[in-house]
Amino acid sequence: MVGLSTAPPDAGAGHEAVLTDGSRVAVVGGGPAGSLFAYFLLDMADRLGTRLAVDIYEPRLFEKPGPVGCNMCGGIISESLVQNLAVDGVWLSSDVVQRGIDSYVLHTDVGSVRIATPNDEMRIGAVHRGGGPRDVAEAKWESFDHHLMANATGLGASVVNARVEEVGRVEGRPAIQVKGGEPTPYDLVVVAAGVNTSILKVLEGLGIGYERPRLTKTLIREYYLGADVISRTIGTSMHVFLLNIPRLEFAAVIPKGDYATMCLLGEDIDNELGDRFASAPEVRAVMPEGWDADGKSCQCLPHINVHGVEKPYADRVVFIGDSGITRLYKDGIGAAYRTAKAAARTALFEGVSEEAFRDYYMPVCRSISGDNRIGEYAFVLTRVAQRLRIMRRAIVAIARDEQANGRRPRLSGVLWDIFSGSAPYSDIFRRMFDPILIARGAAAMPGVLASTVRGTRPARRADNATSTEVGS
Amino acid sequence: MSVAALGRFYEDGEVIVRQGEAGDCMYVVQDGEVSIVREEDGHEILVGSAGRNEVLGEMAIFDHRPRSATIKAKGRARVLTLDKRNFLRRINEDPSLAFRMIETMSHRVRELNDQVVALQAQLDRRGG
Repeated sequence: MVGLSTAPPDAGAGHEAVLTDGSRVAVVGGGPAGSLFAYFLLDMADRLGTRLAVDIYEPRLFEKPGPVGCNMCGGIISESLVQNLAVDGVWLSSDVVQRGIDSYVLHTDVGSVRIATPNDEMRIGAVHRGGGPRDVAEAKWESFDHHLMANATGLGASVVNARVEEVGRVEGRPAIQVKGGEPTPYDLVVVAAGVNTSILKVLEGLGIGYERPRLTKTLIREYYLGADVISRTIGTSMHVFLLNIPRLEFAAVIPKGDYATMCLLGEDIDNELGDRFASAPEVRAVMPEGWDADGKSCQCLPHINVHGVEKPYADRVVFIGDSGITRLYKDGIGAAYRTAKAAARTALFEGVSEEAFRDYYMPVCRSISGDNRIGEYAFVLTRVAQRLRIMRRAIVAIARDEQANGRRPRLSGVLWDIFSGSAPYSDIFRRMFDPILIARGAAAMPGVLASTVRGTRPARRADNATSTEVGS
Repeated sequence: MSVAALGRFYEDGEVIVRQGEAGDCMYVVQDGEVSIVREEDGHEILVGSAGRNEVLGEMAIFDHRPRSATIKAKGRARVLTLDKRNFLRRINEDPSLAFRMIETMSHRVRELNDQVVALQAQLDRRGG
């Protein structure tokens, strides 16, 4: 195959490149970004009365348990994404959502605080991206990725169950080649392959100005506990931990149907860090009595995108989801939704040329990456809190005080949005420096200093944590 | 499998929004059915009903006026609340988010047109 070039070589390229009746579109990767792109493209094309042929190339079988169907992810559908999908008509049934999440519990070595959603609503969805861990005996829930793919195929997309080995150009158009197959030309190729794939290296070598995103490793572990045990212990809260463990930046325990998922972010993350976190008293207080930290069903160390690509597009090629630009640390599926939809809108209404993607797709990517830069500062503050016990005490004291005295949930709202990824980082950062919040911090200091001098032990169970309800 | 549900359960007859209240959110029915009733002179008039995946309460978001009707559960229903702020922020970036909303509103205008024609025909018959 001939390599892709940055300069559109002939007719059919440039501003003339548009999708019309009979145009063919290839989507490389059938995770949320790819399936949502196909879904929105076909939905909008139908409104315009344009018939398109969309092929989704996906080697995994999401409905199967274990690695063959796994997309290696914590599996949280954020509050804002749940709402956006609902407006867009993508229904998340209780066959897909394994557990509705109605609260976050922040755990520190100096106490815990529960931050609940308004009206006690389940506003966040915990899912398995694939068919679940390898020891799933009976599939009780549908894979989230399979569900989204079914939405796309319901509108007419075809799934090619094969791994893409080559991407190139045939007579000026991008082409896809699978193992043992011939190159198939398309009018548009959408790369939604995530970051844990070798195809990005192939695309990097094609001279279209694409450079792979900067990555970091995460650790994900699944523990089988059983639905009833989870309901009695972890409950319907996502548990987040602000612990002063070297190299650990963020950790969470997410309740699913029969499993609890443990997610860790940090520096040079490895098994040892996972074991150290799992043995922390604050973690053991959340998990059931007698829980065996070594008895995990499976674990993986996938990469995540922490710095998006500079140019996630070329002529008739666009990169969406983690392959392009995503949100820093949080709500990666929400970013996949935003980039998938922006790319679909651009392709259908503005064309598939490099110029069209630059002018209409790139602004959405810039909005995400610009917000990530502010997010980096917000996360510096959480790192400071992780290192300074006095700050952890202040956070817990203020959040509890907001609830006990019916105050407006200024800090609780900030914490909710940081954990849930529901608001832009710029919005969160601005609220972090709210003068009233700073005044509350100053007012809480005498008590915080007194308890720092006395010292306290963490509560045995998170259920005892103070509940703080926040508006969003 | 209630732990798996998004939104909140409302029991039969439980009010989700009340006519005349200020509206700063919309709703999407996740499971079951809800009734839309208009309260006039102490009487309830059934305006319509909505089922799974249908959006409700969008009028107050766009016209900044109090709720035009009461929405209550018809049997047990599960309903998800949509925040006005998140919705308007998203529409600002992605106007296509309104496609389905406009589709729903168009559908309701058609239904209302049909009802006006039917009522007019009834009046004509009585008058004739």
